[in-house]
Amino acid sequence: MKFTWFNLMPWPHLPDDFRETNRSVWVDIDQALFDPVKCHDVYNDYLDLLEYADQLGFDGVGINEHHQNGYGLMPSPNIMGAALARRTSKAAVVVLGNSIALYNPPIRVAEEFAMLDIMTGGRFVGGFPVGTSMDTNFCYGTIPGLTREKYAEAHELIIRAWTEKKPFAFNGRYTKLRHVNIWPNVLQTPHPPIHIPGGGSVETYDFCVDNTYSYSYLSFSGYLRAKALMDGYWRRVAEREVDNSPYRAGFAQTVFVAETDEEAERLYSEYAFYFYNRCLHVYPGFADAPGYRTIKTIQTGALNQYMRPTYTNMTWKDLVDGGHVIAGSPETVRQRFEELIKSLRVGNIFLLMHVGNMPKELCKYSTKLFAEKVMPHLQNMWPEFDDDGRFWCKPLAQRAIPAPLPAATPEMVPAK
Amino acid sequence: MITSRKIGTRAGSINVFEGGEGPDLLFLHAAGGVNAENPFLQALAKSYHVRAPQLPGYGDSDDSDNIHDMLEVTLHTFDVLEKLGMSKPILVGHSLGGMIAAEMAAVCPNDIDKLCLIAAAGLWLDQYPVPDIFTLLPREFPEYMFHDADAGRAMMTSNGNINDPAFLIPFLVNNARQLGMAGKFLFPIPERGLKDRIHRIKAKTMLVWGASDKLFPAAYAHAFKDSIAGAELVIIPEAGHMVPLEKTEATLAAIARLR
Repeated sequence: MKFTWFNLMPWPHLPDDFRETNRSVWVDIDQALFDPVKCHDVYNDYLDLLEYADQLGFDGVGINEHHQNGYGLMPSPNIMGAALARRTSKAAVVVLGNSIALYNPPIRVAEEFAMLDIMTGGRFVGGFPVGTSMDTNFCYGTIPGLTREKYAEAHELIIRAWTEKKPFAFNGRYTKLRHVNIWPNVLQTPHPPIHIPGGGSVETYDFCVDNTYSYSYLSFSGYLRAKALMDGYWRRVAEREVDNSPYRAGFAQTVFVAETDEEAERLYSEYAFYFYNRCLHVYPGFADAPGYRTIKTIQTGALNQYMRPTYTNMTWKDLVDGGHVIAGSPETVRQRFEELIKSLRVGNIFLLMHVGNMPKELCKYSTKLFAEKVMPHLQNMWPEFDDDGRFWCKPLAQRAIPAPLPAATPEMVPAK
Repeated sequence: MITSRKIGTRAGSINVFEGGEGPDLLFLHAAGGVNAENPFLQALAKSYHVRAPQLPGYGDSDDSDNIHDMLEVTLHTFDVLEKLGMSKPILVGHSLGGMIAAEMAAVCPNDIDKLCLIAAAGLWLDQYPVPDIFTLLPREFPEYMFHDADAGRAMMTSNGNINDPAFLIPFLVNNARQLGMAGKFLFPIPERGLKDRIHRIKAKTMLVWGASDKLFPAAYAHAFKDSIAGAELVIIPEAGHMVPLEKTEATLAAIARLR
């Protein structure tokens, strides 16, 4: 198993009446709710937490890209990745990912991922989301009906830039470059492993199979609701007659660990409600620009996650029983993760352990319990696929270590 | 009596509604599309030999990956004109259709000599940002489209239950096909450079606008009038963006002035 400690980096200062007084956490969120001075601390805390996860032995630390979003403060996850490259040493830096249709020219992604791959010494896993309609269409203005064509072209360009080790000309519809020759280029061969976050687009299943990418379902609604979608993925994998390694799939799950189930509710419910009620308050008009989803996908009925379920009236029990969150004692959490891992057949888990406005120390408490009392029991769930290295990074054996900072000398202290 | 037939184009099979007798008129529909029962189309057929092609992705026309941008849809519409054997028809376009009609008249000014733009898209005024129709929920449309929102609501057919998959899935498919195509010209800002070409229009031009158009307020009508030499503007009271449906006779009377 590969456990990635994932942080969406939510804004923790949304007001109590956010739902009532704002129409959306995303796209047109009120600028007056943002405070850059507070954000200075927020970023620092979130990086501390990711670094803490590295120290505790998680396989990866994960970050992602969102724009104009009150629950995701990372328009550029690569900047966070660069910060993590220096202050983590063992965990993979998992950037899940860059919305490649939004970069102009898209070789920017090839270049920045190559830099992260090298800076981390090959401790790097990348991702290529199509991006949500909110990010891709409404914030970044990509035409919905052309988004997938633009994505496919960007993908071709990036892979060629990584793998054709000589200059080439690229004549795309959206990008025309006479001299593609990124420098520096990637460390891992043929390139870093790629995970594709998907939300049920059937074309994405084939795309993952075709390219040997891992399919990641980054839902917030938990593993019980994900079963039908993941079954659809595995059916397609079987139809395509490729192996069924669980590392072909990943899943994101909100999780809270405490000493007992009761303590979990007492400690964490407030923060779960903050996330599910305030952070997921997205105006339905932003959820799916017409043309963003393919006709085939709409016809399968895999409708947008923001149209349902509605969380406003859910109790802690509803959240836990419905599997939206996995919470409780280490034993409860272990059991439910076993069920998740087996029922969805996933080798990559993205743990949403910092949720909403959760304080740093409390998050560390939950993280430590997971690392010490849950994770060791789950690491060997797929022993027959232990040697499947296709979907995870291959770091250098000998990696450079940042030099200790020199002790401050009087002349280095800024003058008052 | 409106009939329909298919014609082949590079963008696939295109459905064309046809009816009436009189001068040739080509009608280009708005982003909401057109069908055989459309009252404005039927009214046009009383005085004209009207043809109304459906854009790719609309109704019985094929979806098309060959249409990406304004130039391609403009040339596509000329191809349709050619296939229909029409020469210099009265060219009438509503909203998105008006945007395409204006492009056609600007790109080939010698081929279009009578032009009617009804509540046309295609220009952008910073002082009057056009509402983002791509974020509107179905129930919100009548408010933006009609002078009389209640009457408009009754005219729109999408009154199904959004929570019922049997209604929702076909509704979303239709929306994705139609607005997915319209978005190539209208998203996220319904302006594709017409302002730099509009001066080339030579056609006798009639501009028809609803006085209470909430999508493209009257300032847009004046912007078109100021950009097209000799254009005549008719502003129709108590009508919104759907002026051809709300004030059909007044719209027809304006078009008649082109004859």
